[in-house]
Amino acid sequence: MGFVRAFGPAALAAGLGLLPGGGAFAASAEKGKAAYVQHGCWQCHGFQGQGGVAGKALAPDPIAAEAFTAFVRGSNGPMPPYPEKILSNDDLADIYAYLQSIPKPADHKSIPLLNQ
Amino acid sequence: MARKDARRDPRPEVSRRKFLAGVAVAGAATAVTPPAANGATTATGASPARPSALPPTMQVAAAETGTPQELSRIGGVAGSDYMVDVIKTLDIKYLPSNPASSFRAIHESLINYGGNKMPEFLTCTHEESAVGMAHGYFKVSGKPLMTLCHGTVGLQHAAMAVYNAWCDRVPVIVVGGNDLDAAHRPPGVPTFHSAQDINALVRDFTKWDDTPVSLQHFAQSFVRAYKIATTPPYGPVAISLDAGLQQEPIRPNSEKLYIPRFVASAPPQGDTGAVREAARLLAGAERPVIVVDRAARTANGVALLVELAELLQAPVVDLGGRMNFPKTHYLSRPPEVINNADVIIGMELSDYWGVVNAYVDNGENGIGQNRSKIKPDTKLISISSVDLITKSNYQDFQRFQTIDVSMPGDAEATLPALIEAVRSAIPSDRKAAIAKRGEAIKKAHAEGRERTRQTAALAWDASPISTARLVMETWAQIKDLDWSLVASEGNVSNWPNRLWPMEKHYQWLGRSGGYGVGYGAPASVGAALANRDLGRFSVSIQSDGDLMYAPGVLWTAARHKIPLLAVMHNNRGYHQEVMHVQRLSNFRSRVANLGNDMGPVGTSIENPDIEYHKLAESMGWWAKGPIKDPAELGPAIKQAVAVVKSGQPALLNVWTQPR
Repeated sequence: MGFVRAFGPAALAAGLGLLPGGGAFAASAEKGKAAYVQHGCWQCHGFQGQGGVAGKALAPDPIAAEAFTAFVRGSNGPMPPYPEKILSNDDLADIYAYLQSIPKPADHKSIPLLNQ
Repeated sequence: MARKDARRDPRPEVSRRKFLAGVAVAGAATAVTPPAANGATTATGASPARPSALPPTMQVAAAETGTPQELSRIGGVAGSDYMVDVIKTLDIKYLPSNPASSFRAIHESLINYGGNKMPEFLTCTHEESAVGMAHGYFKVSGKPLMTLCHGTVGLQHAAMAVYNAWCDRVPVIVVGGNDLDAAHRPPGVPTFHSAQDINALVRDFTKWDDTPVSLQHFAQSFVRAYKIATTPPYGPVAISLDAGLQQEPIRPNSEKLYIPRFVASAPPQGDTGAVREAARLLAGAERPVIVVDRAARTANGVALLVELAELLQAPVVDLGGRMNFPKTHYLSRPPEVINNADVIIGMELSDYWGVVNAYVDNGENGIGQNRSKIKPDTKLISISSVDLITKSNYQDFQRFQTIDVSMPGDAEATLPALIEAVRSAIPSDRKAAIAKRGEAIKKAHAEGRERTRQTAALAWDASPISTARLVMETWAQIKDLDWSLVASEGNVSNWPNRLWPMEKHYQWLGRSGGYGVGYGAPASVGAALANRDLGRFSVSIQSDGDLMYAPGVLWTAARHKIPLLAVMHNNRGYHQEVMHVQRLSNFRSRVANLGNDMGPVGTSIENPDIEYHKLAESMGWWAKGPIKDPAELGPAIKQAVAVVKSGQPALLNVWTQPR
């Protein structure tokens, strides 16, 4: 599902991507990549959202936008919540777009080093 | 002080300082007066009338131009020579150390009288490096090393490494030079470097310490220190070595000195009744789980754990304090399996509470949340030798966990009895059910391996290079060698343990113990030294922050020809700390200030980037980097492996993903 920039947490949380007037426009994966770094997502999830022991894999195929947003805003797990004051809805939408843009990796069976 | 009196009373007529001063004066006079000149002067007879300018006498001329006679400034047998005799009765092969005046006498005896063998002095550039080397060396060889350091400034440098050894249950014999005699020791710097009780600095995290006041006392202390350090639970020990005691000669009329014979102690074992009760619980369990941390220290320890696990068909969670259980074995499972356990046996766990509980650093007002991970009626069994040496100040004993069957004792030593007790306790009608349990675990293990490989494929071609790629490119070049992963500091998402087929006890050595950063580099060099002597290939995953604590150990490796492949996990930051600052920023609804870096101010190691390859090259290593393109990594590691096989250390500076 494509994620779109929306104004307002309710719309964001619902993943509707609708502007108040009913319009919508696509969030920017390019801006999202920068926001992903700026807000420290890379620290636990890696620059390509691959995850590791400190954070789950976010990409490819990120979870649904609604669940993604709810988690970022209200995490009670190891990740601290990111309130809107420090991570705007715009940035969050862009980050989601960036995660959506990350392509699937090659099947591990096609990587010789992972089949020794 | 009683100990001062004890040293002085038998020989009040010999003051060390006066004795040395007298010998020094006499020696100086004698040294410039060759015997031949004396004789010549005596033969000249009566003096003629004295001219206004006298030519030099033969005595003066000889004194000014002749070769000084070589005379010992200190007569008798050096006390520190005897100390070397004591040390040589024990199996101590190396002595990594940074030189210091407070142990100059024993230093001299070791390299001259002792021939610099057993132990061989290894020049270190930092005391923390010296102790770290001893730490790594033991985990490969099973043999302790000793180190010498200034009792004050040197021991303060060494303290962090001693704490790591304490928490990691590793024996190191730390000997600190100290000049106790305040009235006679040199003023100024040597007095700055003296203290009443140097061992107080490390007493909270050493098993034992002593301050010998006579040579015979030294012999008893040193052999006792060795014995205590090498009896499970292992741990560092400290000896304060008085400079005066080292320098004085053995008194001619003193009591006859002897060297106590070292006989190793049997390791403590779990109580027989408790072993039977543990076996009863395990044999009757539906979902038993074995959790191990520092349980196996030898090949036999690994074999015993396999025997117990197969007997029960119980999954084994290896927390990685040592290479306890083969990663290739189908019973090797991730920590999640404890959630459904009805009986858990933990062996040499450093944090039992942390195994069965979760702590999430995300509660209200910055207070973390606690949650039990196990069912309320799960029975807990423990075998741990560390229960025998719990101290008060430092909190390495972790949170208190109630245990149903607790056995203070060494796990590896207790395993044979436990295995036999379990074998006896399993009813014959349970054997089919146990076998069936094993089949289910085998299937889960295979599926887990597949998932792990697929996860490793994520970001495979990324730059900076993914930690999975880093680890597997390294593996591809060493897999046909008798390899030993000597350290993996920094966080590479545990990829070596998840992907490498670790089966032998020396293929993974665990971590620092106390999580004091700076362990990886020196421990790698020490472990590589032991592996060199055993003909094994050493590889480390070397993180950037760790290396910068005391990089001089690279020089020690080159100087003493210790082959080691260091593949850097250079993520250009202190990533353990990055998220802490980010977390607090979030809790306080403030945007983290990054400055001009990627992480919050104070947590990055960039601007400028450190050229670790040049750093290593400057200290005699073969090195290459920075490597940012994953396609270049494999060929570079291949080159480095060839260098290491030729006997040199090699380092690759690889830019990596954060974790």
